[in-house]
Amino acid sequence: MNDMTPTREQREARLEGMGCKRKRVEDIRFTQGKGNYVDDVKLPGMLHGDFVRSPHAHARIKSINVEKALKVPGVLAVLTAETLKTVNLAWMPTLAGDVQMVLADGKVLFQNQEVAFVVATDRYAADDGIGAVEVEYEALPPLIDPFTAMDANAPVLREDLAGKTEGAHGPRKHHNHIFEWTVGDRELTDLAFDKAEVTIKEMISYHRTHPSPLETCQCVCSFDKIKGELTIWGTFQAPHVIRTVVALISKIPEHKIHVIAPDIGGGFGNKVGAYPGYICAAVATIVTGKPVKWVEDRMENLTTTSFARDYHMTTEIAATREGKVTGLRVHVLADHGAFDACADPSKWPAGFMNIVTGSYDFPVAHLAVDGVYTNKAPGGVAYRCSFRVTEAAYCIERGMDILAQKLGMDPAELRLKNFIKAEQFPYHSALGWEYDSGDYHTAMKKGMETIDYAGLRREQAEKREAFKRGETREIMGVGVSFFTEIVGAGPSKNCDILGIAMFDSCEIRLHPTGSGIARVGTKSQGQGHETTWAQIIATEIGIPADDIMVEEGNTDTAPYGLGTYGSRSTPVAGAAIALAARKIRAKAQMIAAYMLEVHEGDLEWDVDGFRVKGLPEKFKSMKDICWAAYNSVPPGMEPGLEAVSYYDPPNMTYPFGAYFCVMDIDVDTGVYKIRRFYALDDCGTRINPMIIEGQVHGGLTEAFAIAMGQEIRYDATGNVLGGSFMDFFIPTAVETPHWETDHTVTPSPHHPIGAKGVGESPNVGGVPAFSNAVNDAFSFLGSTHIQMPHDFWRNWEAAKRLGVTG
Amino acid sequence: MAKTHVKMVVNGAEVEGLVEPRTLLIHFIREQLLLTGSHIGCETTHCGACTIDIDGRSVKSCTMFAVQANGTDITTIEGIANADGTLSALQEGFRQMHGLQCGFCTPGMIVRAHRLLQENPNPTEEEIRFGIAGNLCRCTGYQNIVKAIQYAAAKINGTDFQEAAE
Amino acid sequence: MIPGEFEYHRPATLADAVKLLSELGEEARPLAGGHSLIPMMKLRFATPEHLIDLGAIGQLKGICRDANALVIGAMTTQHDIITSADIASYLPLLKETALMIADPQVRYVGTLGGNVANGDPGNDMPAVMMALGGSYRLEGPEGTRDVPATDFYQGAYFTALEPGEILTAISIPVPPAGHGYAYEKLKRKVGDYATAAAAVILTMASGKVAACSIALTNLSETPLLAEAAAQAVIGTSLDDAALKAASAAARAVMNPAADARGTSEYRIHVGGIMVMRALQRAASRAVA
Repeated sequence: MNDMTPTREQREARLEGMGCKRKRVEDIRFTQGKGNYVDDVKLPGMLHGDFVRSPHAHARIKSINVEKALKVPGVLAVLTAETLKTVNLAWMPTLAGDVQMVLADGKVLFQNQEVAFVVATDRYAADDGIGAVEVEYEALPPLIDPFTAMDANAPVLREDLAGKTEGAHGPRKHHNHIFEWTVGDRELTDLAFDKAEVTIKEMISYHRTHPSPLETCQCVCSFDKIKGELTIWGTFQAPHVIRTVVALISKIPEHKIHVIAPDIGGGFGNKVGAYPGYICAAVATIVTGKPVKWVEDRMENLTTTSFARDYHMTTEIAATREGKVTGLRVHVLADHGAFDACADPSKWPAGFMNIVTGSYDFPVAHLAVDGVYTNKAPGGVAYRCSFRVTEAAYCIERGMDILAQKLGMDPAELRLKNFIKAEQFPYHSALGWEYDSGDYHTAMKKGMETIDYAGLRREQAEKREAFKRGETREIMGVGVSFFTEIVGAGPSKNCDILGIAMFDSCEIRLHPTGSGIARVGTKSQGQGHETTWAQIIATEIGIPADDIMVEEGNTDTAPYGLGTYGSRSTPVAGAAIALAARKIRAKAQMIAAYMLEVHEGDLEWDVDGFRVKGLPEKFKSMKDICWAAYNSVPPGMEPGLEAVSYYDPPNMTYPFGAYFCVMDIDVDTGVYKIRRFYALDDCGTRINPMIIEGQVHGGLTEAFAIAMGQEIRYDATGNVLGGSFMDFFIPTAVETPHWETDHTVTPSPHHPIGAKGVGESPNVGGVPAFSNAVNDAFSFLGSTHIQMPHDFWRNWEAAKRLGVTG
Repeated sequence: MAKTHVKMVVNGAEVEGLVEPRTLLIHFIREQLLLTGSHIGCETTHCGACTIDIDGRSVKSCTMFAVQANGTDITTIEGIANADGTLSALQEGFRQMHGLQCGFCTPGMIVRAHRLLQENPNPTEEEIRFGIAGNLCRCTGYQNIVKAIQYAAAKINGTDFQEAAE
Repeated sequence: MIPGEFEYHRPATLADAVKLLSELGEEARPLAGGHSLIPMMKLRFATPEHLIDLGAIGQLKGICRDANALVIGAMTTQHDIITSADIASYLPLLKETALMIADPQVRYVGTLGGNVANGDPGNDMPAVMMALGGSYRLEGPEGTRDVPATDFYQGAYFTALEPGEILTAISIPVPPAGHGYAYEKLKRKVGDYATAAAAVILTMASGKVAACSIALTNLSETPLLAEAAAQAVIGTSLDDAALKAASAAARAVMNPAADARGTSEYRIHVGGIMVMRALQRAASRAVA
């Protein structure tokens, strides 16, 4: 050893492994405008496709005349449902077990539904062509209010389901009914309510909104007639699933379909499922023999691709007078739009809504969800929802605040009283989940101390008195949100997408000169996998992260994976990465033993290589072992240094967090100011704190927008409102509050590196914090529940109803 | 429709092309000049992903026709790096401060920030937020973008950068 | 998101522009900053067959003093207004308003002429021009005429502009030194049109309002001059009663549409509050 020998700390730092704020690999190209997004793909002879869309929410199609359109310069073809029927693609299966029209077949079921696909030499000609397609409609009465969907005289929407009393998820009660899903013990729950000392019941609505990534959905499809191979570049969060779906519906064999998801400009669940644009572009390339590009514009994105939420949740909590919860009973009316296109695992028509018991120890609970059709765009599961966990968290967190108000208890105190205790983990919830780990009391207390919760409540009490005395027109709210998430879908025993289990995968290959490549079945849309996956590998096998290239998104080379959504990448693929790396390290240990002429058991792992126990100078670095793997492996061992792992998780993971929002509202204008927002997240082991912080900032900004005004609405005739950035609330840097982030670490006991995932937590926990702050501000004036979103004008309406406006 | 000839300077080089009068400047840049760094995120002039710098002004290139830009001097994201090819202070700042995630808003954001720092070399946080109000981001929540711009301002001005605590 | 086809003209002089507009008739539109027109064209809500780009006409730019008025060329951008030393000194209300219009990029290109000539009830400058007593110079095939802002707006997208006329300059009498001013705009977010906005210009003398002008944005089909509201504060010290009276008088003339910004009732209510806040802020800036 001499002064030049790096210390252990220096060697670890050089790896830039887990736990450090490694700067992102992706940024080198993105900051120079050298990303490769779908619309950057340009192929020789490429054509452009675009949709004719329905102005009506519900109408019969009397005729479609494409003659004039075909005469528009540059227009080559116009596809309709009739064209698609010749290849059995007028309808396509959805991920939720329903079917969806690709192009309107006899009728349209939501405003802006796809009616015809114009294929032209460029996007300008395509737009000209759209205007020349003549469609004759006969308007039908629209069904917009989900609460009337199952009325006896409700309009019939899905004529294709006429007579079908069984849906994909069981019996259907009505022609507009999709499924009923129930879980929990109804009898015991009803009993708990019957004998409860205190109960609350409230209709809590989570309005319809949309994930709106900055890049819309798009694809380029290119069919090689000679080879019979179809290549698709697309905005796909789950490229392998898309490949399998295309194989199943197109009859092109799966090995001749190449799906490439290049750089994606944000996903947030908007880019999981298949859209008519993908199918039409694929058909068009086969029909024309030329590549076809489809790029939707913003209004098409907001009004026709996967919306989010639209859950109407009748929420009941039973409790003792002292504030101990004794039962939870929830009924959800789920508005799915015209087709159930939810991107849920197939056995879960309401996603993981049964996490609605949240962070609380409910001895009994029952949940029932009824899904209905309406004349609105299809979808439902998107926007950092973790499969309806956003809805569940909003339901229980609002519910607990309402209960606190009825009991005259502080909302934080009520939560602390009912939290699942640290010693109760792994915890079996009344609705069937086994929560892996948690320490809620520590997180809550840390948060409360940091923001001086007690001080805020004292300030609020003083301000309320001042308001009553007429000294101020401002009311103050403190919103508390303690959420438990469920992510990492998921174990093969209960999670599958169209029958494919929800494992994930990683293949690592190390090169002779000591660097390597890792291919993973996930697909980043901004989460920084090229950076973080290399960090896991660096720590596990002692090669600097900079020397590990990470590749995702090309289905020819990446091992099969179920993609990135629902915060599943770290819990599932992260585990596969760690296990593949450990397989490599195990083999490396044998090679090192051979090189050092000792037994494997005499070696210990030391940051970036193996050292003989008791003989510190006898050391082989991973770099040296890589070289050796290609020329001097032990007899009987195959050369090379690579491994694959397909990981079937034994359980989901359960991140949690404590969020607090301090808000001041001017009752005369309804204008709010977010004074402070504090977010403490526990996602288990933290791979890259910088990236975690970024995810939290982004998710909180989405939550802020959703809670405070971002919605997709429909008027009584089915016109969609808020379908452009004029009205769809996307905050700018000016409106967006400052975010304070903090953390605790409670590793997942069943995960190879103890990590849980964090991407969606801020949206899950954020919305309740904002909404509870608004409701908390008004509660002293006599309100129990004010529905989201909390626009200025709606806050004023609430103030008016409470009789406090000037 | 008969095409018009346009000529302009883009990232220091003279370029020309044939366009219809209705050809939007963003399409000319992306599809004829093959500079795909500038992006399209909406069609109502809100998102700013298409922002370029034209004759010293930040402009949303989706709301201008290529013919209107005839004879102008344009800088896109591809022209932001230093003359020797190293990353500019802004590009470095965005990386150091994690001011991007999916990267889609980033070119427009950096080109706008570049002009912002010309207008105001030492902006406060409030001035930065107001100065980038024409650029929407869905991933970052803007907080680290503000830090990235502060980092760049400090580097350009030769002052110390104090990263705000969380 | 692609406009229909059109022919593009870029005349070098105002006379050429007027001539072209006349000859090409209804299917021709002048193009100023384009940030109202081009978005309409991209949605194919506007499909002119000819665009006459005014960008090369030097005569339409510039800010200059003409006796006791500031004359602003129609092609002056919002950015030019914000950075003009003359505007900051003599017409600070314009600078304050310009900073509340849209976002930095749009302000670099959007023109004052476009903002006042469009007839869009959401545009901010029309009410400000009314409050300031501004007038618009219109040039057409029949010649030149000046129309006061208060006479210019007839309905939503419906103005006194006759076919073939171009608005070339805005002339604004310079308010007295020491005047008070404010543009109070409630909006959902930066860049949005007003949920409700009020422009106030006033002068104080011995603690009382000597002169006052109030105008309202986006609270009716056209911008509104709230004359009764202004009358209600003249001669008062802007005490609570005067403010409330002005607010009530202003509310009485408002009839905003309900939209995503709020119900009509809400917009009228906050419109009244904008009037009060604008009066208070203007008074705080006024001398004596």
